[in-house]
Amino acid sequence: MLNKLLFVVLLACNVQAYATTTEAPAHAREAAADNYKAYCMQCHGTQGNGKGVNIRDMSATPRDHTDAKSMSVRSDETLFKVIKEGGSSISKSILMPPWEGTFSDEEIRDLVQHLRVLCKCQFGS
Amino acid sequence: MAALVFSCVAIAEEGRLQKECASCHNLTGPVAQTLKDAWARKGPDMFYAGNKYRQEWLVSWLQKPQRIRPAGMYYGDHIKPGPSGDVIDAATLADHVALSKDEAVAIAAELMKNKPHDDLIAREKIEPGTITKQMGEMNFDKFWGCMACHLIEPEYGGFSGPELYTAAKRLQPEFIASFIRNPQAWEPKTWMPNKEVPEGVLQKFVHYFEVLSKESDHAQ
Ligand code: HEC
Ligand code: HEC
Ligand code: HEC
Repeated sequence: MLNKLLFVVLLACNVQAYATTTEAPAHAREAAADNYKAYCMQCHGTQGNGKGVNIRDMSATPRDHTDAKSMSVRSDETLFKVIKEGGSSISKSILMPPWEGTFSDEEIRDLVQHLRVLCKCQFGS
Repeated sequence: MAALVFSCVAIAEEGRLQKECASCHNLTGPVAQTLKDAWARKGPDMFYAGNKYRQEWLVSWLQKPQRIRPAGMYYGDHIKPGPSGDVIDAATLADHVALSKDEAVAIAAELMKNKPHDDLIAREKIEPGTITKQMGEMNFDKFWGCMACHLIEPEYGGFSGPELYTAAKRLQPEFIASFIRNPQAWEPKTWMPNKEVPEGVLQKFVHYFEVLSKESDHAQ
């Protein structure tokens, strides 16, 4: 009887672990793509290439997130910082806003990973 | 008797709002808490209209509505790729229903009763003051980067937010300060970032929008 109970509990734990390791990241990827679409696309564009609907009169061009060359010189930490604290935190244009009031750190980390998908690149490669 | 007639009119207006406006405007809250809900909005929230709009502006706009959000509620639904970047797809934007004068007066009065955020408004103290257009623009464009998303004249600025050249006519000054101070306190999922604007600059923005609104009067 006790054995049986233990088995059921273990099985439940397994299912739990399975859910967090495989489904959570997929969910996070989807949420990051949605966040990009809602918040970043207005300047960085529907294609992520920096040509958003807002850029006509802007004095600095939003980064082309599909450009592996310029995106691979930035570490994930720098990308995290510029999203959270804005362009001025890395001596770039204030037109790149700070998003600390919009996202949790977790969501910003997921956005960094989304940028890596867009550029098909990693830091230093 | 007069009171009875009055309350019947009020009930009639409430019915009208429910019938003709609630399909696009959130009249009761709660505010959108998820992106999905924010994307589904078909018009700006009206459940805090009494904390936001100037009544006389509501009365006149409802009779002769003019576009405020150049790319609609969610810009993503109203843009298309062009040769040098995304552009507004004007064909996807509809004109707003217009009301008669009597209807506009009655509905504006009804909307002004929606005041769930007196607490946020009470925190703002707007000092009387003025600013040159040049200094205002310097703050808005160069120092704070607000021009990326907002038009400050029909031909200058960005498109994803509401135009601000009529902001002072449209909005209560305390709402302007409160929204810039913390946009997420009003609309948790708004695509406007909190830029941590300090108190002194908030005041200057309010004064700047007053200057802009006076100018857009002259232009008309
Ligand atoms: C209001 C317009 C605007 C919005 C909205 C915006 N950006 Fe930017 N972003 C810019 C501009 C302009 C630059 C270029 C700054 C420069 O080169 O000085 C930039 C640059 C960047 C960079 C490159 C920084 C560097 O030099 O390495 C990253 C990464 C970035 N943005 C990510 C994002 C993300 C993620 C979002 C959405 C959460 C976002 N941006 C939303 C305007 C915007
Ligand atoms: C088909 C959807 C729809 C219906 C129905 C509708 N509205 Fe609107 N309303 C909108 C949209 C979209 C906007 C934003 C217009 C803009 O940005 O130019 C708007 C804007 C407004 C505004 C201006 C406030 C602001 O910040 O933009 C007021 C006031 C308003 N509506 C009141 C009403 C009233 C009262 C009714 C009912 C008689 C009504 N609306 C019916 C979609 C609708
Ligand atoms: C990334 C784009 C973006 C930037 C940058 C931005 N805003 Fe906004 N702003 C918006 C959007 C979108 C709204 C509509 C908010 C809503 O109702 O969800 C808005 C709303 C407002 C409103 C209220 C207008 C109304 O009719 O509801 C004011 C005032 C305002 N912004 C001022 C500013 C100021 C000042 C700055 C610079 C410190 C600024 N904004 C920067 C996008 C932006």
